[in-house]
Amino acid sequence: MRRWWNTIQELELLRREMDDLFHVLDEGWLDMPSLEYSFLPGVSAQTYPLVNIAEDKENVYVEALAPGIDPETLEVSVLNNTVKIAGEKSAVKDVKPEAFHRNERGAGRFIRTLSLPVEVNADKVKAEYKDGVLLLTLPKAESAKPKQIAISVS
Amino acid sequence: MKETTIPVKTEGRRVPDTRESGKTLKPVVDIFETAEGLTVVADLPGVQKENVQIQIENEVLTIKATPKSKLSLEPIYQEFKLYPYFRQFQLSDRVDQEKIKAEMKNGVLVIQLPKKEEAKPKQITVNVS
Repeated sequence: MRRWWNTIQELELLRREMDDLFHVLDEGWLDMPSLEYSFLPGVSAQTYPLVNIAEDKENVYVEALAPGIDPETLEVSVLNNTVKIAGEKSAVKDVKPEAFHRNERGAGRFIRTLSLPVEVNADKVKAEYKDGVLLLTLPKAESAKPKQIAISVS
Repeated sequence: MKETTIPVKTEGRRVPDTRESGKTLKPVVDIFETAEGLTVVADLPGVQKENVQIQIENEVLTIKATPKSKLSLEPIYQEFKLYPYFRQFQLSDRVDQEKIKAEMKNGVLVIQLPKKEEAKPKQITVNVS
């Protein structure tokens, strides 16, 4: 029974990774206006946390929206060019279901795996969690940094 | 607790603006009742404590907050855009507006709305004779 479950989990992970890949490839999807609003983590959010990625010559920066996470449950791991962000958003404690007027905030464990365009130096990754936003600073591996080539004019 | 989404015209008293100019985001909230009153929990990622505005005017609770991105560069891959948060709720007259407390932690805003003394449940002892 256990082995079956593992296989299903593996397949699910693979499926998610493929989905992510298509998202990156399909550049047109950013223009959809609904996505500007859909980041708010609700019960129905599928991808969590949502991220913005930026880069300069030295680093890749990942900004992830994850309000209300207990910082102790946050885990970030890096392997080659893959970043895994995991954590747990705890639900409001000691409230009976009938006491809720509104319950829109989702809760539970989450894992998200991102593939970065370059390899990063896993030893020097910095992670900072503030105001419900996780900011990762991932220094690029030496081999991935752009090289300046001097041109001699004769 | 009722949410005001349509401007309400009430004779004899001014109702605060129920619309905000410009693009805003509606934060997700949990609202639940305790013995002391109501608690509103709102997710406001990217908002610092100083940039939250909570107003109560004519029994309308307004939450306004301005988030700030931690990225100084333009993103090359983008899944979200940050806009000011804005949401309003109609409060009941049983809320003690003088004793409202708010707290901000890890991008989550918690507002405590205590009930007025006369609205609190009273324990009545039943005498069996």
